[in-house]
Amino acid sequence: MKFDNLSLELLNTISDLTKIPEGAANIRLDGEAVIRNSSENVTITPREDGQGFIMEVKPGTRETVHVPVLLTKTGLQETVANTFIIGENSDITIIAGCGIHNPSHADSRHDGVHEFIIRPGARLKYIEKHYGQGQGKGKKIFNPTTKISLQIGASAEMEMTQIKGVDDTFRSTIAYIEDKASLKIVERLMTDGDQEAKSDVQLNIIGRGGSGQILSRSVARDKSIQVFRAALVGRVECTGHVECDSIIMDNARISSIPELVAEDSEAVLTHEAAIGKIAGEQLVKLMSLGLTEQEAVDVILDGFLR
Amino acid sequence: MLKLENLYMTVDGDNGTGREIIRGLNLEFERGKIYAITGPNGGGKTSIAKLVMGIFKPNSGQIYLNDEEITNLSISERAHRGIIYAFQQPPRFKGLTIEDLIKIARPGIDQLALRGTMRDVGLCPEDYLLRDVGPGLSGGEMKRVEIAQVLARSAEVTIFDEPEAGVDLWTIQKLIGILYSKFKDNPDSITIIITHNENILRICDEIIVIQNGLVQARGTREEIWHLIKDDVECKMKEQCGELLTYEI
Repeated sequence: MKFDNLSLELLNTISDLTKIPEGAANIRLDGEAVIRNSSENVTITPREDGQGFIMEVKPGTRETVHVPVLLTKTGLQETVANTFIIGENSDITIIAGCGIHNPSHADSRHDGVHEFIIRPGARLKYIEKHYGQGQGKGKKIFNPTTKISLQIGASAEMEMTQIKGVDDTFRSTIAYIEDKASLKIVERLMTDGDQEAKSDVQLNIIGRGGSGQILSRSVARDKSIQVFRAALVGRVECTGHVECDSIIMDNARISSIPELVAEDSEAVLTHEAAIGKIAGEQLVKLMSLGLTEQEAVDVILDGFLR
Repeated sequence: MLKLENLYMTVDGDNGTGREIIRGLNLEFERGKIYAITGPNGGGKTSIAKLVMGIFKPNSGQIYLNDEEITNLSISERAHRGIIYAFQQPPRFKGLTIEDLIKIARPGIDQLALRGTMRDVGLCPEDYLLRDVGPGLSGGEMKRVEIAQVLARSAEVTIFDEPEAGVDLWTIQKLIGILYSKFKDNPDSITIIITHNENILRICDEIIVIQNGLVQARGTREEIWHLIKDDVECKMKEQCGELLTYEI
């Protein structure tokens, strides 16, 4: 399989890939899995309806798997469901992400429904980037739904980034965290123009000694709108923290709504939320090192969303 | 040469009227010398530094660097002309590392020089280079990061604003050694240090006392020590406790 330059460029932006990865991988291009490779310990099989896959990782596996999605056909709209079953005591990195190129006037949309079942003692690092490009009036839309089950002693860190160019997104994430399991969700969002982004995250800590953490960093520019809800539900003795940090610019609007629900007196849940513009002293500092004001803004935003 | 000519600057006062904080200031700084600016709080020392860097604009008067008038140049233009300012209270940046900031200060700096600069200010590169310049750093660490950027840049005019503030005693001594070796008798640089620290004053060629937005005195340490003795000793006691005393 050979990718054209446009697809390779998208692939590189969302997953840093410059060639077809070795080992287990699933690359979806314009509604079809064009690369689907299993490895000795990671099996990727198609769902019956063809719209997605089931990935099973054998216990004790250490591996990196790439599962990017590319949409380059005008007006393509798809819903894809993937299931990831991570075997006991594995240590797995999954690099996902979706890039849409849409130069037309028809909307392109990718709705990804991901379910993660992380078996006892397993560790998962999940990296997902969303990116849109193309000058047409057609929107680039992503609606990811993520369900995560962390079994006893499992841990996961999930980095979900919306780089730029995404006109509309509704992200829904729900997790269930069992005994001594831990989950950290890092979400980074950049919106500009008339873009809208909504994200609902709910972590349910249902096992003793479980922990959950939601860290959100976002930048809203121009007239874009962001709504971020982050809920931590502690049903037993557990710890959890929510931190939402946003930079607002121009005429943008941001709603940041952290919610803590404790159903046990031993649950320790905290939250911090801050929205503000770029501090003048930060700009002045970087300009005193020789940057122009625009370069200073770019450096601050890039760092903030890194 | 850096020349400040007849500078006036007014800020908004408490009662809505303007308050003049620099009042007809005239100063000249020559290459190859280290200058100390000292004097009581609120006297205008930091304002002078910010006027030179372009952060503050004067109501009237001119600033010249090597005979070029720079009064209307932007902050970044002045940085490119060779002026750098180590802030008294440097800002924090979420997501930017110490390495990022030093590389912005000196694009293309190699790893050896970068690590050497970190060690100069008492920060172990292995522990600190990749740390965020964010809330995780203490005030003293922030100050050292700030000084590291300034040292890395090697500018023609270098202004330090109370480099000793918040820095532990051991690091201050090390820092003074670095300032001495880098700037003393350096024919390519003008170094201005706003300070109340007696040990820093000792390495300066001239001391300028600023009060009420004007030069109250200017001369060598011996010539003007009697004017600043009380202020300096008081500040030293705040930083070091009663145990340290200095011979005049």
